[in-house]
Amino acid sequence: MSIDMSQFHQVFFEESFEGLDIMETGLMDLDLGAADTEEINTIFRAAHSIKGGAGTFGFTDVASFTHVMETLLDEMRDGTREVTRKAVDLLLVSVDCLREMLSAVDAEEEIDQDRTKKLQNDLETILAEGSEASENTAVVVESGTENVVSGGVWSISFRPHSHLFKTGNDPVRMFRELELLGELTSKVETSKIPPFSEFDPEESYLSWEISLKSDCSEAEIQEIFEWVDEDCDLKIIQAAADKNEEPPQSLVVEASKAEVVTKAVVEKVPAIKKKTAKNTGNESSSIRVGTDKIDALINMVGELVITQSMLSQMSENFKIEDIERLKDGIDQLERNTREMQENVMQIRMLPISFSFNRFPRLVRDLASTLGKNIELKMSGEQTELDKTVMEKIGDPLVHLVRNSLDHGIEMPDVRKAAGKPEIGILQLNAFHEGGNIVIEIIDDGAGLNKERILSKARENGLIGENEVLPDEKIHELIFAPGFSTAAVVSDVSGRGVGMDVVMRNIRDLGGVVEIKSEEGVGSTFTIRLPLTLAILDGQLIRVGEHVYIIPLISIIESLQIELENCNKVAGKAELYKLRDEYISVMRLHELFNVIPNSTQLDNGLLVVAESEGQKVGLFVDDLMAQQQVVIKSLETNYQKVDGISGATILGDGTVAMILDLPGLAALSRKKQKTKPRILEEAVA
Amino acid sequence: MEIDNQLDTLSMMNSDLGENAEQFLSFFLAGEEYGVDILRVQEIKCWDSATEIPNSPDYLKGVINLRGIIVPVVDLRLRFGLKEIDYTETTVVIVLRVENADKERTIGFIVDAVSDVYSIESDLLQAPPEMGDAIDLDFVRGLTAINDNMVVLLDIDHLVDTEESVGNQSLH
Repeated sequence: MSIDMSQFHQVFFEESFEGLDIMETGLMDLDLGAADTEEINTIFRAAHSIKGGAGTFGFTDVASFTHVMETLLDEMRDGTREVTRKAVDLLLVSVDCLREMLSAVDAEEEIDQDRTKKLQNDLETILAEGSEASENTAVVVESGTENVVSGGVWSISFRPHSHLFKTGNDPVRMFRELELLGELTSKVETSKIPPFSEFDPEESYLSWEISLKSDCSEAEIQEIFEWVDEDCDLKIIQAAADKNEEPPQSLVVEASKAEVVTKAVVEKVPAIKKKTAKNTGNESSSIRVGTDKIDALINMVGELVITQSMLSQMSENFKIEDIERLKDGIDQLERNTREMQENVMQIRMLPISFSFNRFPRLVRDLASTLGKNIELKMSGEQTELDKTVMEKIGDPLVHLVRNSLDHGIEMPDVRKAAGKPEIGILQLNAFHEGGNIVIEIIDDGAGLNKERILSKARENGLIGENEVLPDEKIHELIFAPGFSTAAVVSDVSGRGVGMDVVMRNIRDLGGVVEIKSEEGVGSTFTIRLPLTLAILDGQLIRVGEHVYIIPLISIIESLQIELENCNKVAGKAELYKLRDEYISVMRLHELFNVIPNSTQLDNGLLVVAESEGQKVGLFVDDLMAQQQVVIKSLETNYQKVDGISGATILGDGTVAMILDLPGLAALSRKKQKTKPRILEEAVA
Repeated sequence: MEIDNQLDTLSMMNSDLGENAEQFLSFFLAGEEYGVDILRVQEIKCWDSATEIPNSPDYLKGVINLRGIIVPVVDLRLRFGLKEIDYTETTVVIVLRVENADKERTIGFIVDAVSDVYSIESDLLQAPPEMGDAIDLDFVRGLTAINDNMVVLLDIDHLVDTEESVGNQSLH
């Protein structure tokens, strides 16, 4: 019976981390004093499955630690213990500790034993305190059932059926759990072991007589055998503490032989551990998908197959009269493909609550560290976005939230003096807008201090001494590298690395951050992100014989150029007067060194697009179709190219480049420095 | 396709390998014969058009779509600074798996024509002679003679190495 348990490890860890999240959320929601039993139950169940899983996979440290937590939760569930702030805090810290333990086990690192031991002691202390306090309730229970008896010896007869191993159970684990309850002595009965020639290694031939010295309840023992209830004969009898049951003589004789068998089973555990070391190298992330999404996909595939068979039937004896039906069929195929694409993309979509869930805890902890009163309001947690985007937006979000807490919301006394309610409000909103997801982080704190930002920026040489900037620009300064206005550098934020990283991360995802802030009233950070990184709506454009793609989302308008609106600055930079503003013109053929149909501005078109909050005009020969394109990386086999964000494959199988507007703007600046006068000649 | 079949037959003919022998795919470039490790060859394609990459060195012909993967294509003639010629019927793209800096990449190389598959005993490989600074020979793994003709065996990992530095120079 050698199942490679390591293949299930990844699932266990994923489930456990999910379980921990559930516990954390649950604990945060608990009303002190009057906790909802259902909620405690949810937390308890999560802890219980982690313990069970850890026991199964032989992570004994994790199992025994969780066991203590579980006992505490169990008492809360039964109502024998009050839900106190102290207990909840301790449980929260334990959840953290457990998470670290699991990560350590996952990464095959040493568990921080000191910390674990200390916490476990704390938990046990609280448990001990509690049992004294709730003694009176215990008495009531005792009289009602025979479950709670202390200081007894249990004799357990455990006779597994021969197919026990096939159900995936292993007695060793149960023994390990029993051991946690108290002093354990067991005798093994080996008489059923057949001669070697008939020995089936996948059958179970052993049975045990166990005596357990423990003051646990029968229910606790039952629980250990819960999984094998159907697959064994189990008798649990309470023996008097002083009566030492003599095992049958025959058993003692064969005990040595049995030891060998049991040992063999036990030795298997380290072997499994060694195997995992190799397996974790190629771990892959997985994603949980609702069955409704899968069902929808299967329906779609069904339709696709029908359409395909219809088309192939038609092609067998195709007559020219059928052309209409063929067109219909192809339309249908197109529809099917598009729907399927949307559905497959749906699978990668997760509600943003996965990312938001950590904030109640974070805010609570930070607020108490900082001594502030903060209420967190969240909305739109069910807004969905791509898994990759979600993973990458997590850290920047944390940073922004910490920032709002630390620098934004003031101390209670300051708030009171300013005539604001003492409790500061931090809002996290998420919603869809067009093809984007928008995340807002709103605080009702002090707002950005323009004076301080300016003086700091001058100090760091980010802006000139007498430079005057509009509010928007001043606010954007906080995203400059090495910028921090925090008077005191705290461990929360204020080291000045951060906001620029936030900005960069968001930009890498193709998103933008906007700041609105009013002194004394509060700040709003708005993050706009594309829903997915894999597909974008593109506008195909042509320059000479080359086709490029501009992300449709950044295009504002396209227009024919009227020469009288063209202006030049110092003979170099071209500007175009668009209604009442001037935008800079970038000639794509010059940036990319390709031959266009015409260099005359009035022969081509100007695509006005937004890049980093500014409008730019791209001079191209022609606009072509709009279509969805699948983004492929150029860096996989080549390298990053200036002005290009990736490539895609068009319907005819050729490759087209996707333009990166901020990159193009940078390229244009670089070119203008190196090539001074060529533009002029081109226009003339 | 035809070439693929041809390749199969060739490699079968050479299946009687010695222990230290390696197999090389050889190709012609401006009259000289070169060889690359056959295990690195992913496929041989007829030359079709490629999409240009803006501001890239001129030997980089562009990128092609290889069943959904974007693969850059290098004109080996231009890479070696040889005279550019019009592509003919025998012009092919040899798609190779290139490993360097812990990264595995797929790159196509345009050559005049594929020639043969040779098994070469490693002791018949001659190290490239010292040519001073005149030619950068990092990407030459060795020389060997087949039927009195010299075949230059290329180290494709280094070929891309130097190529990248050249690429960066022309970009900045």
